Amino acid sequence: MTSLSLEITIGILKIFSFVVPVLVSVALLVYLERKVLGAVQLRKGPNVVGPFGILQSFADVLKLLTKENLLPSSSNKFLFIFAPMLTLILSLIAWAVIPISSTYVIANINIGILYLFAVSSFGVYGVIIAGWASNSKYPFLGALRSAAQMISYEVSIGFVIITVLICVGSLNLIDIVESQKNMWFAIPLLPMFVVFIISALAETNRLPFDLPEDEATLVAGFFTEYSSISFGLFFLAEYANMILMSSLTVILFLGGWYPPIDIFPLNAVPGIFWFVTKVFLILFVFLWVRATFPRYRYDQLMRLGWKIFLPLTLIWVVITSAFLFYSGLLPN
Amino acid sequence: MTLLIKYIKSFTLFELMKGLKLTITYFFKPKVTLNYPNQKGPISPRFRGEHALRRYSNGEERCIACKLCEAVCPAQAITIEAEPKPDGSRRTSRYDIDMTKCIYCGLCEEACPVDAIVEGPNFEYATETREELLYDKEKLLRNGDIWEKQISENLKRDSKYR
Repeated sequence: MTSLSLEITIGILKIFSFVVPVLVSVALLVYLERKVLGAVQLRKGPNVVGPFGILQSFADVLKLLTKENLLPSSSNKFLFIFAPMLTLILSLIAWAVIPISSTYVIANINIGILYLFAVSSFGVYGVIIAGWASNSKYPFLGALRSAAQMISYEVSIGFVIITVLICVGSLNLIDIVESQKNMWFAIPLLPMFVVFIISALAETNRLPFDLPEDEATLVAGFFTEYSSISFGLFFLAEYANMILMSSLTVILFLGGWYPPIDIFPLNAVPGIFWFVTKVFLILFVFLWVRATFPRYRYDQLMRLGWKIFLPLTLIWVVITSAFLFYSGLLPN
Repeated sequence: MTLLIKYIKSFTLFELMKGLKLTITYFFKPKVTLNYPNQKGPISPRFRGEHALRRYSNGEERCIACKLCEAVCPAQAITIEAEPKPDGSRRTSRYDIDMTKCIYCGLCEEACPVDAIVEGPNFEYATETREELLYDKEKLLRNGDIWEKQISENLKRDSKYR
């Protein structure tokens, strides 16, 4: 009995050791985004709250918490409140299988990548429920767009993941990282790496693919009717999803916790440092892309997803598996 | 051939990389932000800010109640009432400016024959109620006393262009 309760306590502590850093990095990421966008536009960005403005996000959260939570009278009350919770929960439970280092992971399961893929597909439910429960035209259109977009890009993400899986021969995320000890998959699978990053942008509804919340045509997309902390939850979930997708990129393509070169001063640094550095590097690329490119038109977005990424990834799956099969490198 | 080049360009994301290169050069450029309440930008000597009524150096009001400013004001923000003083001079008994109507065109300043009404360099006079923006003569004269030094300097610096 005591051993069971001890195990549960350790489990809960472990979960907190993931969730708290994720939420803190969300706050950091929001701050970083405003700083990066500011810098690209020759501004300084937030620099008043705390040293260099680093506490800005916490001030924003406090502001959101003190605001009134509006419930539109024609909305479906239960689903309206449930949707942001679902979105945040889904973006947090995915962290259960993310290995920060070779030993540090909440659940080291053998179908880790499938679990991640399933959870990120579920993300679309939060958006659709929010758009439908609001009972208003802009959220509804935003939700439909978001659903179509997420499904389209999940197809190419699926093929990219399959390519990686063929090279590894395992669905376990730790195995995937460990097979990159000598060479990161970003090098032999460079086109897939690029496709994955672009699809990750579309999957997390980031610019240049942020059509679900396209303010020029849809006010704010699926969370138009949301205010106060229920809006905050969507916001939190979006950024937590960004961090999740970039850590997935790091795990699949950039060798997880391994240093860039396996030589002495670099491999003495703990793996978690490399992991976090790489994640933030990818996140910087996300923000950099946002600062650079204008938003896609909706038909262009669909064309890119179905007519370019889908054939491209499909061909690469065939090429990679053919190469591995005939060169005898296929893992068993 | 051009088609081939076009395909190579689009599949290597050539144009996108060019765009990214441009933004990253801006990322490292010096920033133009002024930390406003702590740092302020330069202001032209002919800046048209908050109004002020000036006095001569002996303390006498400049305004002679000619009402030219009232007549010229396109927003009709100025209201003047005048009566002769015991010493025979003509002075205003009432000089109101509705700052919520004022469009800061500077015509009152131009019309004034004695440089009495001027728009000073102050632009930080936001208030919490609307009533505080209905300036009366007392308030305008007080503004003149506060800003006189800078106003006269600005008028001197601007005079050679007039």
